Amino acid sequence: MKNTPSPPPVHPVSAMDFLPVPQLREVQFARLMAMVQRAYDRVPLFRSRLEERKLTPADIKSLDDLAKLPFTVKADLRDTYPFGLFASPLSEVARFHASSGTTGKPIVVAYTKEDLDDWTRAMVRSLAACGVRTGDIVQNAYGYGLFTGGLGAHYGAEALGASVIPISGGNTDRQLMVMKDFGVTVLCCTPSYFLHIIDRAGELGIELKKLPLRVGVFGAEPWTEGMRERIEAQSAIKAYDIYGLSEIVGPGVAMECEHQAGPHIFEDMFLPEVIDPQTQEPLPDGTEGELVLTTLCKRAMPMIRYRTRDITALAADRCACGRTIRRITRIGRRSDDMLIIRGVNLYPSQIEAALLRVEGTLPHYQIIVDRERNLDVIQIQVEVTAEVFSDTVGAMEQLKRKLSQSIESLTGLRGDVRLVAPRTIQRSEGKAKRVIDKRKL
Amino acid sequence: MKLKQLSVFLENRPGALSAPCRILAESGVNIQTFALADTREFGILRLMVREWEKAKEVLGKNGYVVKVTEVLALAVPDRPGGLAEILETIEQAQVNVEYVYAFTIKHQGQGLLVFRFNDPDAAIKALQARNVNVLGQDELHKRLTQ
Repeated sequence: MKNTPSPPPVHPVSAMDFLPVPQLREVQFARLMAMVQRAYDRVPLFRSRLEERKLTPADIKSLDDLAKLPFTVKADLRDTYPFGLFASPLSEVARFHASSGTTGKPIVVAYTKEDLDDWTRAMVRSLAACGVRTGDIVQNAYGYGLFTGGLGAHYGAEALGASVIPISGGNTDRQLMVMKDFGVTVLCCTPSYFLHIIDRAGELGIELKKLPLRVGVFGAEPWTEGMRERIEAQSAIKAYDIYGLSEIVGPGVAMECEHQAGPHIFEDMFLPEVIDPQTQEPLPDGTEGELVLTTLCKRAMPMIRYRTRDITALAADRCACGRTIRRITRIGRRSDDMLIIRGVNLYPSQIEAALLRVEGTLPHYQIIVDRERNLDVIQIQVEVTAEVFSDTVGAMEQLKRKLSQSIESLTGLRGDVRLVAPRTIQRSEGKAKRVIDKRKL
Repeated sequence: MKLKQLSVFLENRPGALSAPCRILAESGVNIQTFALADTREFGILRLMVREWEKAKEVLGKNGYVVKVTEVLALAVPDRPGGLAEILETIEQAQVNVEYVYAFTIKHQGQGLLVFRFNDPDAAIKALQARNVNVLGQDELHKRLTQ
């Protein structure tokens, strides 16, 4: 049903994006007060950190006082695994999601029914901002499951009134068949996966430019203007950057409007700051630093000043679309060693945990990340030690298999394990370089 | 009876085999026989040398992972059925052959094979009961230098 009249320039759900700034700040402040009070009353870790600083929620008298509050970091989620940061009883938790932690255990996030509605609203605003409307056919190729991408995009697109195809990730030929046969107009996936789809379409003789597909909602990994130009030139769609992270809510924290000038943060729900990652001091708009986010509506799991480790800046100028909510510039790098592989977060420490589990002691290893046919691939080179070396090929093959299985079970990623001779992995100043990222974005 | 064999981990790439051989040559260690088990990515070089402790040390110093494995050297009659009879004996003793390779010498109508069994002691017992010649280090050396 593509015969809908051309959509109005602004969808009603986007009204909050255009709130006059003083009113927006009022909304943010009122919600921040409630959030801090809720976390103080219900999350022991947060309360004890305020007490250490001799603070109570009453000390938050303006938005500027946010800077007095302690940060929350990923290790806090790990240390309180699984439910330690919840501010709602489990009976009120409607859903869990999880993402990679830095070691063996994932980090768990929770949503009440109201939180899920808020998340859906953020996703509706995201999709509306890039021109998705009732009548669009949305192919959702984000992975469904514990990963927030799949269900987040799904419920948002449904609530907007679009028709959703919950195809999930993988099986490119089937993706293309469905895209063509169903007359898909909007695709949600990682940008690198779409480049792969473009390549495959070429091989199969499918002309993407002739399909009704017009919008790509691309996220879950960093990408560049160069990739956007390539995607748009080769497929004749508009490619939009969506930003989010599980710890805050999932996708829908920020989304680009039709001007494609960097994702607008839904500031009335997610309060942004940019800090110097070393000094931890707040930085003015326009200056690059680490993005810190505070949830303003989350009930089950409030996040106060969560350090995202994503390096970006809050744009100092107003967007041509007229939205008052600020934009972040493209996220190109991180202030920690996290890698994003096919949309999945990966820390080298997870690989270490997986190797340790099999070998007992940590061998020298190196992670080599590359992009083959636009898909991320990882190879893990592991030096053979006297402890694990066995004289038969069968035993060595089994060691390899065990290492791969351990890596897959801890990270969710399939890696190519390669056994290499001792001292073949380069060391610099005695310390081996753990990651070689050959991807050119 | 049991002989020491050295197993060396190698990556499957050009030059991977010649390097350890050169190291042994420079240390004056002679390779009596060897076999290479290989996969697409890596190989295991199995070596019989007289001075195995010295060989292990120099290879280890040069960064190789070396494992000492116990193997047996068996004199096998060089006639149809010679090997089959020995294998039947092994089979009856419920011993498993992990791998086997050969020396290039022939002595009084007998070939000489290197066997790696999962249970070398059980293999020796079964083979000696059937009068198979399991060579010790000295006898092996004598044959190789004749």
